Amino acid sequence: MRRREVVSGRVAGIVQFENVGLRYGQGEEVLRDVTFALAPGEFYFLTGASGAGKTSLLSLLYLAQRPSRGIIRLFGEDVVTVPRKRLPGFRRRIGVVYQDFRLVPHLSVADNVALPLRIAGADESDVAEAVREMLAWVGLSHRAAASPETLSGGEQQRVAIARAVAGRPELLLADEPTGNVDEAMADRLMQLFASLNGLGTTVVVSTHDPQLLRQVKAAQLMRLADGRLLDPTGALRFPPARVSMA
Amino acid sequence: MSAATARLLDPARAGRAMVGVLAIMLFLTLLAVAAGIGAGRGAAALGARLSERATVQLTDAAPAARAAAAARALAALRSSPTVTRARAVPRGELAELVAPWLGSAADDPDLPMPELIDLELAPGDEALATVRSVLRRVAPGAVIDSHGAAVAPLARLLRIASALAAAIAALMVAASAAVVVLAARAGLEAHRATIAVMHGLGATDMQVAGLFQRRVARDAASAALVATAAAAMTAALLVRPLAADIGANGDTVALGAQGWGVLAAMPFLFVGFAALVARRTVTRALARTL
Repeated sequence: MRRREVVSGRVAGIVQFENVGLRYGQGEEVLRDVTFALAPGEFYFLTGASGAGKTSLLSLLYLAQRPSRGIIRLFGEDVVTVPRKRLPGFRRRIGVVYQDFRLVPHLSVADNVALPLRIAGADESDVAEAVREMLAWVGLSHRAAASPETLSGGEQQRVAIARAVAGRPELLLADEPTGNVDEAMADRLMQLFASLNGLGTTVVVSTHDPQLLRQVKAAQLMRLADGRLLDPTGALRFPPARVSMA
Repeated sequence: MSAATARLLDPARAGRAMVGVLAIMLFLTLLAVAAGIGAGRGAAALGARLSERATVQLTDAAPAARAAAAARALAALRSSPTVTRARAVPRGELAELVAPWLGSAADDPDLPMPELIDLELAPGDEALATVRSVLRRVAPGAVIDSHGAAVAPLARLLRIASALAAAIAALMVAASAAVVVLAARAGLEAHRATIAVMHGLGATDMQVAGLFQRRVARDAASAALVATAAAAMTAALLVRPLAADIGANGDTVALGAQGWGVLAAMPFLFVGFAALVARRTVTRALARTL
């Protein structure tokens, strides 16, 4: 059982953004003065129109780039100034589900799911067991040896989810995970995210689908508009103190 | 990472061409090194053997004076510590030497011939100087022919050939490194998507570089196998018969145990070098990314 982490009446954020700005090259800022904190064990939907900056915000979260300004803390550490060689350690604590799956095409389904575990240096016996468990969880045990190219979009997305959570990440990020699947599959994927969140993983799902927001009742909403995070009540800036069981 | 992740680099994109190019590079490098070692050893052997040989020529016009001078010189040289062997060349041998030019006239006892003394000297530059000093004292008119001086241009040529071979080998190594760098960069480009996924999952640069290092090492090992076999066949076809043709001087083209040792080690060094270059190329390229 994890301990409760309360700092000054607020939950110590698993993620903290302070006045974060991001620009690509010499262009205008695509994210401006973004400030928020994510509480451990919570479920968040990141919404906004196309071009609002959802993918850019997620890319900062999964350390695919550094911000142009501001401070980002992950798991209590400033990751903007952290040496590059320490970034893999942070990335191993984050699971990412991409809209375009990003499965390695010449590896089998099982090998794709095993990838984060092998990168982390797990024993092959542990890897095999974990992969079996993950594939059973996403309902794809029978496709373990298949090539990703032979799977449907929904199946590929479930493999991507299995890969993202195989390493038991503390933070799971999903960028439009239901963008390429039908409604029934979208419901199933959301159930997977919700069940993972129930185990204590902080989940952030980016979507512009309003139907999806109703799927997880306790989820909090992060709304981006024109590169700014809308937070009229300050709830995202100062998340309420809650017990975090992880 | 486990061996299972070696499959991360798409085997369909393996560089068959690189194996061929590396094999040619190593084959030529092996030949250049072999030629360099052979020429170097040849130059050293020539210099060592012939610098320890000299001939003393006594050319006094009066036969009696010439014979007396030769006897004095022979006695003095035999007692010199820098002369290991001194032998008066019999007139019969001299006649054989000039027979190709004079024919049967070479056997004419009245034909004036110089007295020759064949010398073998102790190693070291001072031996010849001592001989000169001795002869100046007992036979001032004697002429000394150093065999080393006669073959000095050939030895110098062999040394130059050896240096050139070393330079060619160095250039081949540099070219091989360039091939590996290009192949590693092409591999990075071809596997960009996979590497991005690996980085996203927390792979370190060393883990990614390890994949390329293993692949390049495997390709280089294949190339080394081919190149070594080809070089061995070349040696069997060319060097051995050449050494046999040279006969007594065959060792001037022989490589010696040390030379063969260097050649045997080269394929292994080549594989290690290629793997190291690949690793360094990949880690340097990845260091420019986040």
